[in-house]
Amino acid sequence: MLSQPGTEFNMASSHHPQNQVLDNIPRQVTSKVFIQRDYSEGSGVKFITKFPTDLEGKIEHSTFQDTIEKLNSMFAEAEEVGSRSHCEGCLACLTGYTIFLCLPTHYQKCLKRIARFVQEQNDTIYVPRGLMITDPMERGLRVIEINILRQDT
Amino acid sequence: MVGSETTYTPIAMPKRKWEVHPGRNKFYCNGRIMMARSTSVFYFTVGLIVITMGLFFGFDCPYLAENLTPAIPIVAILLFLFVMATLLRTAFSDPGVIPRATPDEAADIEKQIEVPNPNNPTYRPPPRVKEVIINGQTVKLKYCFTCKIFRPPRASHCSICDNCVERFDHHCPWVGNCVGKRNYRYFYMFILSLAFLCVFVFACVITHLILRTNEAGSFLDAIKQTPASIIEILLCFFSVWSVLALTGFHSYLTASNLTTNEDIKGSWSSKRGENNYNPYSYGSICKNCCGVLCGPTHASLMDRRGVVVPEIVTPDSTTGSGQPSPQNYGATTFTEPREPDEMNDTKEDNSKTNLTLVTTVDSNNIDAVCNETIAATSQPTSPIVNEMTPVSQTSLVFPTVNHLPVVVGGETEENNRNNVMHPLSPPPPGAHPPVRPFVKHSISQEMDTLEEDSAMGLVKLSTV
Repeated sequence: MLSQPGTEFNMASSHHPQNQVLDNIPRQVTSKVFIQRDYSEGSGVKFITKFPTDLEGKIEHSTFQDTIEKLNSMFAEAEEVGSRSHCEGCLACLTGYTIFLCLPTHYQKCLKRIARFVQEQNDTIYVPRGLMITDPMERGLRVIEINILRQDT
Repeated sequence: MVGSETTYTPIAMPKRKWEVHPGRNKFYCNGRIMMARSTSVFYFTVGLIVITMGLFFGFDCPYLAENLTPAIPIVAILLFLFVMATLLRTAFSDPGVIPRATPDEAADIEKQIEVPNPNNPTYRPPPRVKEVIINGQTVKLKYCFTCKIFRPPRASHCSICDNCVERFDHHCPWVGNCVGKRNYRYFYMFILSLAFLCVFVFACVITHLILRTNEAGSFLDAIKQTPASIIEILLCFFSVWSVLALTGFHSYLTASNLTTNEDIKGSWSSKRGENNYNPYSYGSICKNCCGVLCGPTHASLMDRRGVVVPEIVTPDSTTGSGQPSPQNYGATTFTEPREPDEMNDTKEDNSKTNLTLVTTVDSNNIDAVCNETIAATSQPTSPIVNEMTPVSQTSLVFPTVNHLPVVVGGETEENNRNNVMHPLSPPPPGAHPPVRPFVKHSISQEMDTLEEDSAMGLVKLSTV
């Protein structure tokens, strides 16, 4: 956590579809909280579900943990090694991997779902509480960035 | 980092992320294609395959199709197309580059590992290593000073492309790209199909020559009729062994779910200890092959064609919270995002990074006292060594003493560990000479080898 009183983050300048709803609401990001990756189960995408102390009093523990756990399970689904990924892999191999030029992979579909989920969580839970989650894909799956916003009244 | 104002003027043409990518890569087709900086060996590979196959289709296929079976050209075409598809796929895709941390993220990590009492003279900053336990094995996550992240397990920093790559295998100059998490399966299918193609063409050409010899009466007459066949035989003969050996090696790696990097370092070799095993293995050969070759197709983390969002960071915020004084932690200076034209000229920031390198050494293992001496004498080599050798002998604990490399002529094999190259590779055009600390060229390589293991760094220093 770090506090950056001077950092101004203008949502209107963002080109991400995730932020479209929030456009025209200039807000100030007062600080950011980073949820790091949890590598205890290997290199799969998983984030630490421990509640960060900097969010104390801003959101309920259970709500926060539900969000992170749901995200973790969505990533686990995307990364699942099973019959589905084997079929996809073999089919792609038979076509000399040219099929990926025209069809989205299972992983990409999952990422779209995750982006929608983050957006929905922001709209219903986080933005009303003065927080905003950044889609982990925008941070290269290194962290989940939670922006603490200063509401302009 | 934009200037000191908190407002900005709108940019006429929004830049895409590949245009500001800080690694040493080349992009084509507006970011759709990504390759390493030097690609000449890749063109050589393509040329070799295309010329051999051109000669084969021109001189051998018509005769064989007529006298043996029309299946030969069909099989050859299918194999050739598959080889080219997998080769281009390997060469043009993102190997699994982890984008560098944003300044805020880096500052957050700095805060977490901040020195609690920098004024205490006996205090030594801890090595920047996080430990995690994966399937019962302790894995060290090393901090990457270039990317400002703790590298995920199996990731490594490619010194040629200057990127952290997930499940880094090696940098392959033949395909002009790193081989990592996202393109390993294409690479494996490429060498596997290339081995088949080589053997197939070799066998066909020999059959062709034998048939011609029987027809014409003498071997010399047969060669006169198809002079190209001899060239093909020579090309195939010299390449088939290396390709077969490489295929065998990578089949072993795939079956045991290892990477070339891990295999060369011997990270999970039983020689390191009885309880040392590969924690990433699925347990059986079949599962490993399926997992590596048919696992989920990971998406690129780079978002190369995404538009750069101008994020305004005021200077107070970076100096205030993000940048501890060099006394505490030398290597925490945030490099400014490089301009594209600056990216072409890596020589220019050598002097700058040279200093960073010095401080990196410091942050790893030497007291603040030593730091001042080093910072003051950034260029000459010998004084630094003289300063540092006693330190290494007296007061430092070597964490991996039993794995210290054998030092030959001042250069160690292990020093180049990040620079894992194709076992059969020629020296790539862009490759740096073997690492030597405090030499002005090969910037990040030095930084990385030093941060890899502080002990390694000191061994190197004492051998200069």
